[in-house]
Amino acid sequence: MVKVIVDGIPVDVPNGSSVLQACEKAGKEIPRFCYHEKLSVAGNCRMCMVEVVGSRKPLVSSCTQPVMNGIEIRTDSEMVRAARRSTIELLLINHPLDCPICDQGGECDLQDQTLGYGRDCSRFRDKKRAVTDKYLGPLVRTVMTRCIQCTRCVRFMNEIAGTAELGGIYRGTNLEITPYLEQAIYSELSGNLIDVCPVGALTAKPTAFRFRSWELKNTDSIDVVDALGTNITLQVRGSEVLRILPRRNDDVNEFWLSDKGRFSLDGLKRRRLDRPWIRQNGKLVESNWDDALQFVVDKLKSSKKERIGAIAGNLCDVESMFALKNLINKLGSDNLDCRQDSAYYDTSYRGHYVFNSTLNGIDEADALLIIGSFPRQESPVLNARIRKRWLSLTEQFPIAFIGEFLDNLTYKVDNLGDDPTLIHDLLQNKLLFNETLNNAKKPMIILGHGALIRNDAKIIFEKTLALAQKIGAISDDWNGFNILHHAASRVGGLDIEFYPKNKSLDTISMLEKGNIDLLWLLDADEIDLTQLSADCFVIYQGHHGDRSAERADIILPGATYTEKSGTYVNTEGRIQRSFRAVFPPGDAKEDWQIISLIAQSMNIELPYTNIYELRGCLAKTYPVFKSMGVDKNKMCSSIKNSEKNIKKQPLRSIISDYFLTNSISRASLTMQECSKARHANLTTKAAE
Amino acid sequence: MLDVKDRIYVNLHGHDDWKLAGARKRGDWDNTKAILKLGREKIVKEIIDSGLRGRGGAGFSTGLKWSFMPKEEGPLPHYLVINGDESEPGTCKDREVLRHEPHKIVEGALLASFAIGAHVAYIYIRGEYYNEAKRLQIAIDEAYDARLIGKNACGSGWDFDFYIHQGAGAYICGEETAQLESLEGKKGQPRLKPPFPAGKGLYGCPTTINNVESISVTPTIMRKSAVWFSSIGRKNNTGPKLMAISGHIQTPCVFEEALGLPLKEIIERHGGGVRGGWDNLLAVIPGGTSMPMLNKEVCETVIMDFDGMRDAGSGLGTAGIVVMDQSTDLIQAIARISQFYKHESCGQCTPCREGSNWVLKVMQRMTEGRAEIEEIDMLMDVTKHIETTTICAMGMSVAWPVQALIRNFRPMMEQRIMDYKKTHGGVIQVQVPAAAPVLG
Repeated sequence: MVKVIVDGIPVDVPNGSSVLQACEKAGKEIPRFCYHEKLSVAGNCRMCMVEVVGSRKPLVSSCTQPVMNGIEIRTDSEMVRAARRSTIELLLINHPLDCPICDQGGECDLQDQTLGYGRDCSRFRDKKRAVTDKYLGPLVRTVMTRCIQCTRCVRFMNEIAGTAELGGIYRGTNLEITPYLEQAIYSELSGNLIDVCPVGALTAKPTAFRFRSWELKNTDSIDVVDALGTNITLQVRGSEVLRILPRRNDDVNEFWLSDKGRFSLDGLKRRRLDRPWIRQNGKLVESNWDDALQFVVDKLKSSKKERIGAIAGNLCDVESMFALKNLINKLGSDNLDCRQDSAYYDTSYRGHYVFNSTLNGIDEADALLIIGSFPRQESPVLNARIRKRWLSLTEQFPIAFIGEFLDNLTYKVDNLGDDPTLIHDLLQNKLLFNETLNNAKKPMIILGHGALIRNDAKIIFEKTLALAQKIGAISDDWNGFNILHHAASRVGGLDIEFYPKNKSLDTISMLEKGNIDLLWLLDADEIDLTQLSADCFVIYQGHHGDRSAERADIILPGATYTEKSGTYVNTEGRIQRSFRAVFPPGDAKEDWQIISLIAQSMNIELPYTNIYELRGCLAKTYPVFKSMGVDKNKMCSSIKNSEKNIKKQPLRSIISDYFLTNSISRASLTMQECSKARHANLTTKAAE
Repeated sequence: MLDVKDRIYVNLHGHDDWKLAGARKRGDWDNTKAILKLGREKIVKEIIDSGLRGRGGAGFSTGLKWSFMPKEEGPLPHYLVINGDESEPGTCKDREVLRHEPHKIVEGALLASFAIGAHVAYIYIRGEYYNEAKRLQIAIDEAYDARLIGKNACGSGWDFDFYIHQGAGAYICGEETAQLESLEGKKGQPRLKPPFPAGKGLYGCPTTINNVESISVTPTIMRKSAVWFSSIGRKNNTGPKLMAISGHIQTPCVFEEALGLPLKEIIERHGGGVRGGWDNLLAVIPGGTSMPMLNKEVCETVIMDFDGMRDAGSGLGTAGIVVMDQSTDLIQAIARISQFYKHESCGQCTPCREGSNWVLKVMQRMTEGRAEIEEIDMLMDVTKHIETTTICAMGMSVAWPVQALIRNFRPMMEQRIMDYKKTHGGVIQVQVPAAAPVLG
């Protein structure tokens, strides 16, 4: 620790901290543009100047200056004020004063800091510079004349996103930030550019000129487009979610949010189911809740109990799945499945189906093996975390990859191929990478759904777990065995045992012809209903008129994740809760309420009447839900190695189009445009 | 006045053979092995004792710089980088060394590399010095063939490789850390210091960066001893130095002269005097265009060395003297210099990127007189800020010429503005107070 005096306040900061960090510790606000906590230090805006008393050069940029023991720093001397004043004045020379028509207005660092630290008038009388705008794809709008060349965006692309598509060309006052090629940015994290840009140079294209930041009300929520459980803020005006921003959580997503999570919000308003629909004479007809409930109740009563089934989709919250499970169980059936893709999980131990290392654990790991997963598409923010570890200079981070290699993973991997039988070779110490894994102190294995949805998933799982134990990935203080999920509801569903037990039917059997008479789909759109027999009655409870709604015999309009308070369990097994930002449209209701209403109509007593009682009941039944956050999970200590062998059939990726993976993003025009742009991008790349 | 026998660059003007045979005749590569046998510490000590100050402009002790390198070679290799990106307007001393005394550079590189524990040296030559780079390459090839460098250089047991890297015409790549970036294949933008190159330089390894001249004088110092070198010049300003003189003088040239002589004597002796006599002198820029100019009164007495120039409010810089007589439009001259620095600003940090452009625009108006008197004070204020807040020394290069103009010739600037107002109707613009009130 180093002792530093900031404006007379003594503070202790770790060795190697910057002066800026010391000032922040002392509670002093240091204005800055280029400095960003999670990016490398550029030190080029010269806004964070402070005075080091008694130094030969007293004015230093605090973000770049390491602290030394006993130095005295002044953050508010006349010298510092003058420096800040001049820097602001210089920045404003070429920055258009078009705040009234700028989308960043109200949340612009330059605007705020000019007010706080700038001079009251400019002395610049000459002509300003203008810069042509650049095309960065359908998500990011550019007004490059406003750019103050802080290079945060360049550093974000190079360091976090890992696709070096932005850079500066020309020099001096002509310096321009540009993507070089007029092509959509090829990244799943490009939306974060808007967040890191301190001025209005990079703003959101889909929501341009739709709102001012001060009109919005914030609600904390959890992102559901992937299984990472990114912490987000829903920004709402009236009854409309206008913007989704990442919320800082260093244990999960740091500052970042995937593009799909950020920009599929226009899908929240399109193709919505806002009233019940009942199929009459082969056609869906608008209805009301009374009729719809009666209809469902009649059907449920007349169906044989063992021929009732329920499938939960990828976006469900734990509460609604729990309520549905209670209802179906009370009806006497156990045909439940939350696995639309029929993936195999070993549910005997919780540690067998979650990401045990946790995201923070990635920072500590020293070797990684990815099997049957393509994290860049399945969880872009997690992928960025792997890249962060890989970039770290302290230690090497060797990564091997078995699976379908779609594209640049943004870090260097040893691509072993897509043959899953390589796991046999790894178990028998036959590969070069074995040495790396054996030498690693904290090795990690990520097993993805490319492997788990196969017919021989059980064998792959057991062999991988055996491999993890063999290389010492599972010990008292380290668990390197990880399942990477892609569905937000999956771990929660597995936690509440929303899967068939004993001889009950799973997704595949339920969808086979003639196995069931009544199928309840809770937001389940990613399943193939064509095999279903024509007389099977399908209840679709969900929020979007997507794939499954077409087949439904009755539609019960539910709420999206923005319209209900729900519990979600992310791939790590981290339990997080979101809050309601807006009400569901029209007659739509929160999902657990719909189920509760039906139970009431059938005189089935569920032990809760409100969401709090439901959660209490949930925590009582499944103690893992007693507290929020993530816990260490139990693993099986001795796994018996399967005698059978893995089939020599190549592993395939589970995501074909990153932007269109759920009903919300499929309804989103922005996501469709992104998908098109990505496709065009890939086509030109292929042509090269 | 430098004695002929004390001259280091005997073939400075290229009258003699520049190749290995000629260089050997002049004493280069004479028993280099014996010098290397002295060992690292002794060489560094000798250079420190000689008082050699870096010839690139900043004037930092070369020996001291070498002594900052890690004493033992760790896991990371050490590097020597020789700065041959001579781009300062008014300066062309390194060019003469490169083309007429290339072996001094090669030998100096070997000695310096040995002294800092580097097995590899790079020389970064500005792209415009194409022919010079070619000559140096021939010299390097000769040295390799004669086993003077390469594996077991000069039979000393020290392996040494020497590579040329040619720049692409950016002034800022003469800044040491920008040069490292450029060498690494990146955009030439200065790095933040700390870390300093001696800790983390080229490819993150300990690196020393020296000017071509600093490197090429070291073999001679080692042969003739530090005592000899420090006997020339004044205290703290020792040795002979390459200088260049240009502008309104009779004989523009590059020459070698002892430090510590009066500027007037140098102009008279080497430049053949100011055009139209000494009284026709208006101002002198003593060390490349980035150094503040001196007016005639100061030029009468000022001593041409690091400390003498510093005391006069200027700097020795690269010792590229630019003489301007009464026919010069000084404001326009400085505006032109401002244009150069605006053009060469790398654009990394705010004060230089925006400030150099602003200064240029105001200076261009000042040239016509299309400005306000208050703007002179504003210019001073702005340049003071640019000077203190930039990442590298470029901020000073932008600021100093303008500041010196205001300091020395403010009445001229005011007159220009008044004249403009007279001829153009004297419309008074809305005045911006010099010290505009500031909130907060």
